[in-house]
Amino acid sequence: MSRLLVGPFNRVEGDLEVALDIADGRVSSAQVNATMYRGFEQILQGKEPHDALVYVPRICGICSVSQSVASARALADLGGITMPPNGQHATNVILSNENLADHLTHFYLFFMPDFARPVYAGHAWHAEAVRRFSPDYGEQVRAATAARQRWLTIMGTLGGKWPHTQSIEPGGSTRAIDSAERVRLLAKVREFRSFLERQLFAAPLEAVASLPNEEALWNWHAQDPLAGDLRFFLTLVRDLSLQSLGQGPGRYLSYGAYAQPDGSWALPGGVWRADSARLDVLDAAAITEDATHAWLAEGGKGPLHPLSGITRPEPDKRGAYTWNKAPRLAGEVVETGAIARQLAGGQSLVRDAVAHHGGTVYTRVLARLIELARVVPMVEDWLQGIRPGEAFCVPSSLPEDGRGVGLGEAARGSLGHWIVVQRGRIANYQIVAPTSWNFSPRDAAGTPGALEQALVNASVLDGEKTPISVQHIVRSFDPCMVCTVH
Amino acid sequence: MNVLWLQSGGCGGCSMSLLCADTTDFQGHLRDGGIQLLWHPSLSLASGEEVIELLDALAAGNTLLDVLCVEGSLLRGPNGTGRFHMLAGTGLPMIDWVKRLAARAKHVMAVGSCAAWGGITAGGNNPTDACGLQFEDDQLGGLLGAAFRSGSGLPVINVAGCPTHPSWITDTLMALAANTFNAEDLDPLNRPRSYADQLVHHGCTRNEYYEFKASAEKPSDLGCMMEHMGCKGTQVHADCNIRLWNGEGSCTRGGYACIACTEPGFQEPGHPFHETPKLAGIPIGLPTDMPKAWFVALASLSKSATPKRVKNNAVADHLVVRPAVRKTRLK
Repeated sequence: MSRLLVGPFNRVEGDLEVALDIADGRVSSAQVNATMYRGFEQILQGKEPHDALVYVPRICGICSVSQSVASARALADLGGITMPPNGQHATNVILSNENLADHLTHFYLFFMPDFARPVYAGHAWHAEAVRRFSPDYGEQVRAATAARQRWLTIMGTLGGKWPHTQSIEPGGSTRAIDSAERVRLLAKVREFRSFLERQLFAAPLEAVASLPNEEALWNWHAQDPLAGDLRFFLTLVRDLSLQSLGQGPGRYLSYGAYAQPDGSWALPGGVWRADSARLDVLDAAAITEDATHAWLAEGGKGPLHPLSGITRPEPDKRGAYTWNKAPRLAGEVVETGAIARQLAGGQSLVRDAVAHHGGTVYTRVLARLIELARVVPMVEDWLQGIRPGEAFCVPSSLPEDGRGVGLGEAARGSLGHWIVVQRGRIANYQIVAPTSWNFSPRDAAGTPGALEQALVNASVLDGEKTPISVQHIVRSFDPCMVCTVH
Repeated sequence: MNVLWLQSGGCGGCSMSLLCADTTDFQGHLRDGGIQLLWHPSLSLASGEEVIELLDALAAGNTLLDVLCVEGSLLRGPNGTGRFHMLAGTGLPMIDWVKRLAARAKHVMAVGSCAAWGGITAGGNNPTDACGLQFEDDQLGGLLGAAFRSGSGLPVINVAGCPTHPSWITDTLMALAANTFNAEDLDPLNRPRSYADQLVHHGCTRNEYYEFKASAEKPSDLGCMMEHMGCKGTQVHADCNIRLWNGEGSCTRGGYACIACTEPGFQEPGHPFHETPKLAGIPIGLPTDMPKAWFVALASLSKSATPKRVKNNAVADHLVVRPAVRKTRLK
């Protein structure tokens, strides 16, 4: 048995270190360390509640809007505020603009470049992987960066700037859209659609999103295995057995994504259990955070619901190995992300692929790309749903005392904000981010978090100090460490 | 020109902003400007021990370091140990790595207000003892100390902003690569003058409302946000309304106040961000270079002369009164 300390881990957002125990060329146990602490929950204490809308986007430069939306929802819950339909549509366009940019960035800039590594030089597809995905020079990496830049100009119009827009309010969006702008915005969505249909899918979005099951997916792949970057990825999946790499816990959490004016969700949430293929209703009261292995005080009370959670550094705590708490749902480890949203939202291909393979490198990436194909047409619908001339934002009136919960979905999964206000000031503010779930440490019972479980059995090649299989598994979650540790 | 990019106590937002640079080929754009990214946490292939080898070679002076870019504030806590941010895989605090590498660098660049002043991470009671590379809010010092000069003789170049605009970074890097950047290009807070010699107010689309003090009263209103909504654009150094963001944006065009994110200490304004602090009904923060008496006199005069169109549109989220179309020729 040997031990490896892997870090700095790059092409993840933020700072990550992974400690691996290795036996017989495989990972036998893993510990995940989020190596930085900033203290947003402490910074927010004593602030005016509305000021949270300035601080929380700055938790994260890659999902800042997701943080804004969760915070605005918590404040709306606190104040009993309902945004007008235009505000809801504009918020969804802004949020999806960020989420889909994240998926694109993850696939092209963070995940795929690993296949251009020299370790794969013996594979038939390697030269093509280098041509498409090597950082700095890869043709598709460069094209995707340009497409991302153009796509985020929608944010320039609707959010003023990205990241760290402050246009999201509990009562809607501060930037009204007139009918001429709506036409221009729709043209920009079509431009992004065109990039995806030409480069990523080599097929219409609707054709990809409606592939009913794995058999149809692989038949579609077989038609032209190198056409488009999704099919190229599928070629690698088969060759490298990515369909069985990085098995997660088999329970998936989504709070529901893209709230609609009628109170429904464009992608409904819930808890999907792979063993029984069953969707349960989420009980948000069953969410707790366990700080046993975090360098954070526990308060002597065991796992706490975020409304009563505490965040106080205890850097010398024995047995701790990360700044991340361990979120649990009714005591269970769950995985969150695009895969959870597509499972809960009933996407038949993702459900079929997960039924065959579980939550793995392959299915996580597939779910993310399917989400790109599914959501772009929704963005077109939301823009069409805007009624120029009607209100986009209602004023926020917040009570002096109360509490609020804001649940939503960032690209990486379920994001929750919980606020307690006393005498007009924030008395407590707790944040549970997607990667807090996925990269959680062990809890009091010693149960490892989702990534810690997924890394077990990963192969370690002779002489590898930063095992390539570990890199694939870690990046398949699209982690955001700065959100995790906030 | 060899550039190393490190991230510490920030959010990675300046890197994400940089990727939005206005070019059809971001990677080629840097290369064509003579910029070679030795390593960037989001963009490079190298991971783990490959990175540690590179950092060791740079620290030993075996590989030339032209520019050390640091994004995020420097976390000195707890108790001066720097353990709030250990550089993964190295067992050493990031502040130690930064001190060691800064000593080797020809130029040191603070990317964003966290690295420049401490920024948002230094908010509240500053739980991590965060500071900037060479400033702590507006006080010289920071991690590297007031006397620090990089190999070129320049102090830390503070490309402040939360986040920074991609052009503020690329313009500065390209000027460094072309060897055309010197001490006169820095303002008194060591920000590049190329963006810091303007005010956010310059080019603001709400200027007609400002002229007449026709003010927004709630989020999404079209009027000037200085009087009630906390906007500091008339005092803040940055060219956000001239060099737009993400195609055509700026905070004020997005419908919310300038919170002074390029200025030291912006994270603790001493008042709610979206409310203007006033004394006897007059905003405390007056436009830069404007005497208070003149402001009061001009404001009362312009308010009494406000056209109905401007007055009504200021408190709506879209035009409710359109500019008149004259039947006679314009004169």
